[in-house]
Amino acid sequence: MAKRERYQNRIELLQGTLDLLILQTLQWGPQHGYGIAQAIQAGSSDVLQVDTGSLYPALHRLEKQRWISATWKLSANKQRTRVYRLTAAGRRQLVSERSRWQAMVDAMAGILSKPQTSQS
Amino acid sequence: MKNRDADLKNELKTHLDMAIADRIARGESPEQAAAAARRQFGNLSQIQEATRDVWGRRWLDHLVQDVRYALRVFRRNPGFAVVAILSLTLGIGANTALFEVVDAVRLRPLPIANPDQLLEVRLASLDGARGSFQTWHESMTQPIWRELEARQQAFQLFAWSRAGFNLADGGEVQRADGLWVSGEFFNVLGLRPAQGRLLSSEDDRPGCVPRAVLSYGFWQRAYGGDASIVGRTINLRNRPIEIVGVVPADFHGLEVGRSFDVALPLCAEAVLSVTGKGRSEAGTNWWLMAFGRLKPGWTLDRATAHLAAISPEIFRSTLPVAYPAISVNKYLAMRFTAVPGGQGLSQLREAYETPLWLLLGIAGLVLVIACANLANLLLARATAREREISVRLGLGASRGRVVRQLLTESLLLVAIGTGGAVLLAGAMGGWLVAALETTGGTITLPLVVDWRVLGFAALLAVATCLLFGLAPAIRATRVSASSVLRVTTRGASAGKESVALRRSLVVVQIALSVALLFGSLLFTRTLRNVLSVDPGFRSEGLLVAGTDSTPMRLPAEALAAHQNLILERVRAIPGVQGAATVAVVPISGSSGGNDVWPENNSSAKFNTLVNFVGAGYFRMLSIPLVAGRDVDTRDTLDSTPVVVVNEAFAAHLGGPVAAVGQRITREPTPRNPAKSYEVVGVVKNSAYTALKDDPYPTMYYAGSQDPPTPDTQLMVRSSLPPTTTTSAITAALSNIDSRITVNYTIVPTMIQDTIVQERLLAGLSAGFGVLAAVLTMVGLYGLVAYSVTRRSTEIGVRMALGARGGDILRLILREMALLLLIGVGAGAGLAIAGGQAASSLLFRVRPYDPITLVASIAALSSVAFAASYLPARRATRIEPVIALRAE
Repeated sequence: MAKRERYQNRIELLQGTLDLLILQTLQWGPQHGYGIAQAIQAGSSDVLQVDTGSLYPALHRLEKQRWISATWKLSANKQRTRVYRLTAAGRRQLVSERSRWQAMVDAMAGILSKPQTSQS
Repeated sequence: MKNRDADLKNELKTHLDMAIADRIARGESPEQAAAAARRQFGNLSQIQEATRDVWGRRWLDHLVQDVRYALRVFRRNPGFAVVAILSLTLGIGANTALFEVVDAVRLRPLPIANPDQLLEVRLASLDGARGSFQTWHESMTQPIWRELEARQQAFQLFAWSRAGFNLADGGEVQRADGLWVSGEFFNVLGLRPAQGRLLSSEDDRPGCVPRAVLSYGFWQRAYGGDASIVGRTINLRNRPIEIVGVVPADFHGLEVGRSFDVALPLCAEAVLSVTGKGRSEAGTNWWLMAFGRLKPGWTLDRATAHLAAISPEIFRSTLPVAYPAISVNKYLAMRFTAVPGGQGLSQLREAYETPLWLLLGIAGLVLVIACANLANLLLARATAREREISVRLGLGASRGRVVRQLLTESLLLVAIGTGGAVLLAGAMGGWLVAALETTGGTITLPLVVDWRVLGFAALLAVATCLLFGLAPAIRATRVSASSVLRVTTRGASAGKESVALRRSLVVVQIALSVALLFGSLLFTRTLRNVLSVDPGFRSEGLLVAGTDSTPMRLPAEALAAHQNLILERVRAIPGVQGAATVAVVPISGSSGGNDVWPENNSSAKFNTLVNFVGAGYFRMLSIPLVAGRDVDTRDTLDSTPVVVVNEAFAAHLGGPVAAVGQRITREPTPRNPAKSYEVVGVVKNSAYTALKDDPYPTMYYAGSQDPPTPDTQLMVRSSLPPTTTTSAITAALSNIDSRITVNYTIVPTMIQDTIVQERLLAGLSAGFGVLAAVLTMVGLYGLVAYSVTRRSTEIGVRMALGARGGDILRLILREMALLLLIGVGAGAGLAIAGGQAASSLLFRVRPYDPITLVASIAALSSVAFAASYLPARRATRIEPVIALRAE
C-alpha cells in the first residue's frame, strides 16, 4: 500500500517529453542509460520516474536520428557501459525542442491562469 | 545483427547491475536490492523487443523466424523439399539457359560506348544492284562508299567488311578471320585498346603500309597473351604486317555470334591483293557495310532526309561502265537510309531467333506444368497440416502472418531452386550454343549472367512461387480455428474445395502436355522429312578440296595445264573414285543466278541458277543424264559454248529431248555482255542451295570453257575415310608445289550442318514434351491416390454394401476420364494454335496435322490411364472393415 502512495506523487511523462529530457541531461556531458534515468529522477526531485521500457527505445530512437551517439566505455568499477553523448545535430534539436516546449508551457499557462468563473 | 542484440542485452544488464549496486550502497541487503531493482526494471525481454522495434527490423526478424521455421519443416519432410527444389532447378534452369542465349543473340547491345546511338547506313533496297554479292547482309561497293563518305555530313561514319586470311604458308589452310575497317572504325565505336593502340584514320590512306590490330581472343590463343606483342609482325597474304595493338576482351566485331582474329585498315585490301587493286575499284563488288553515329546537332529525321537528298548524286557518279542497261535506272534510283545498329548484325540471330523464342515458350509451359505439380503437392500437404495451421490461427496468429509464413516456405524453395538454376543455366546455355555450332563456323557467343538474365530468373522465381505457393497458402488458412479443432478425424473441411483446385491444376497439365507433345511430334516429323529428302546426288564419301596456287604466280597460259596436273594427281590417289572441278558446291549455301531465254525469243525469259562443272562431275555425283551428253574434254575455250541443264530448266524448253540442241541466251552482266550457249545435255534435278528447296532451273557451264584461275575447287569422291583422303591430297599438292594451299569440306558433314535448326527443335521439343508428360503423370497419379485415400471411407461403405472391385475402379476412373476429356479438348485447341505459330519452322507437315494430333492425344491418354490405374487399383483392395474402423 505504501508503495502505491509513493507512486501517486509521480507524474507519467508526456509523450515526447522524454526525448527532450534525455537531450537536456546529456547537455551536461556524456552519460550512460542508468545515469540518465538517475539524473532525470534527481533533477525532478523524484517527481519524474523514468520507465526503463521507455528509456531504451527512446535512446535508440535518438541515436538512429543521429541526435546522440553512443560508445562503449569502462566505468569507474570496470564495467563496460554504453555511454551516450549529444551530437551537434542533437544540440540544435535540443534548442528547437526547448523553444517548442516553452511555447507550449506559455500557452498552457495562459489558458490555465484565466480567471476561473465557474468553480463549484 | 547478432552483435547488436548481444550489445543491447549487455547494456540492459549493466543498467540493472548499477541499480542493484546503488541500492546496496543505500543499505539494502543484496537479495532485497536485486529483487527490488528487477521489479522496478520491468520485463527484460519486453524492453529488448521494444528497443529492437526502434531499429526497424521487425519484418526482418519475422523473415528470419519464417525461414528458420521453413527449414525445420523441410528437414522434417525432406522428400518434398528435394522434389520441389529439383524440379524448380531444372525448370527455371532450362528457361534461364534459353533466355541467356536469347539475351546474347537478340537483346544485349554491342559492348561499345553508347550502343543505342549506333546507326547503320544502308541501302533501302538492292533492286538495282548487280554484280558479285560477297556478304550475307546488304552491302555496298567501294565507289559508293567513297561517295557516301565524301558527301554526307550527318554522321561520323565508318565502313567495314569481313576478310579471310590463311596463316599457313602452304598445305592445308589455317584460317584466320579478319576485318577490313575504315579509319574511323575504332574511334566511332569508342573502344580503348587492351594493348598498344587501335587503328585510326592515319592508318587508312590509299596505298598504305598495312598495320594490324588483334582481337583479344586471338592474342591469347595464338600469342599466349604476349605482353610485348606490339611491334611484332603477322604474315598475311605473304606479307609481314606490323601488329600495333589489341582490342578489348569483350569486343568481337559488329557481328553477334562471329568473332574475328585480326583487323586491318580498308586500304590494305587493295595493297595485299595480287593485282594491287583488290575489289576496291570495281563498282560491281558488293561488300562494304557502313555504320556511324549522328554528329552533334543532327536528328535522325534530318539525317534521313539528308541521306535521301544526296543519294541521287552518289549513284549518278558511281554508275559502273557497261552496267547492264536493264538495271541502270534501278541503280540510279537506289536510296540510303539509316536504321538502328546498336545490336550489330547477326546471321545467327536471323537463323535462330524464332526457334529460340519458341523453345523459350515451350520451356515456360513445362515450368508451368512443374508449378502445377508443386501446387498439387503443397495442397496435399496443406490438408495434412490443417490442424497445425488451425492451432496457430487459434493461438492468435493473424491469417496474413500464416500466409506469409507458408509463402516463405515456397519462396525459400524457389530461392534455392533459382540459385541452382542460374548455375545450371551457364552449363546448359553453353551446351545449347555448342549445338548451334557447325564445322564451318565457330560461334563466339559469350553468355553473360547480366541484369537481364538475373532479372528474368528472379521474375520466373517470383512468378513460380506465386503460381504454386499462393493459392495453397490462402486455401490452407481458410479454415476457422474452431471447426478443425472440433473435427478430430482426417480433416474434411477444406477437402472439397481443395480437390476442385487440384482437379483444375491437373486439367491444365493435361492440356499443356497435349500441346507440347503435339509440337514435339511436328518437329520430329519435320526432321524426319528433311532427313529423307533425296538431294538428287550421292553424298557419301564426297569432299571438297579448295586449292589455291596464287602464291606460285603462274602465268595465265600455264594455269590450264596446272589445273589438269592437280586433277590428274588427285585422281591417282588410292581410294579416290573420281574428281571434278566445280564452282558452286551443292547445299553449301552459295549460289549464282541469271535470267536466260531461248535465243531469238527474249519474251520467254526465265531465271536460272548457274554452276561451272568440269568433265565427269555428274557421273561422280551419280546425277543421271536424261538426254544428250555430259560436258567433256571436247569443250574448250575455242569450241562452241555449251551448257548442261536440269529437268526443271528443260521444262521451259519443251522437255529434255526437245531441249538438247537448242540455243539459249544469258542476260548481260556487269562484266560480260549477253552470250548464247548450246544445250548439249539434260540431267536429273538435284539440290542446289538447300535440301529443302524445290527443284529450280539450273544451268551448268562447262568449266573448261571458262578462263582458268589460280584457285580451283575440286569435288572428290573417295572410298577411304575423309581424313586419309585429305592428307593424301595435301601431300599430292605439296609434291607439285609446297606453296599450294588447300582447305577441305566434308560434304556429308556440311549437309548435316544445314539441318542444325531442325535437329535442335526436334531434340529439345521432344525432351520437353516427354518431361511434360512425365510431370503430368506424376500430378495425375498424386491426384488419384489422394482421391482414393480421401474417399476410402466412402469406398469402404460401398464395398460393404456390395459394390465390387470393378465398380470401384469404374467410379475412380470415370472421374479421371472426365478430367482427361476436358484437358485433351483444351489441349487440342492450344496445340493447333501453337502449330500455326510454328508453321514457318515446319517442313512437309501441316501445322494442324490431324494424324499427329491424334497421336499426341493417344499418347497422353495412355500415359494418363496408366497413372490413374495404379492408385485406382488400390482402391479396389480396400478392406471395408479397416476403412470403417479408421473413422
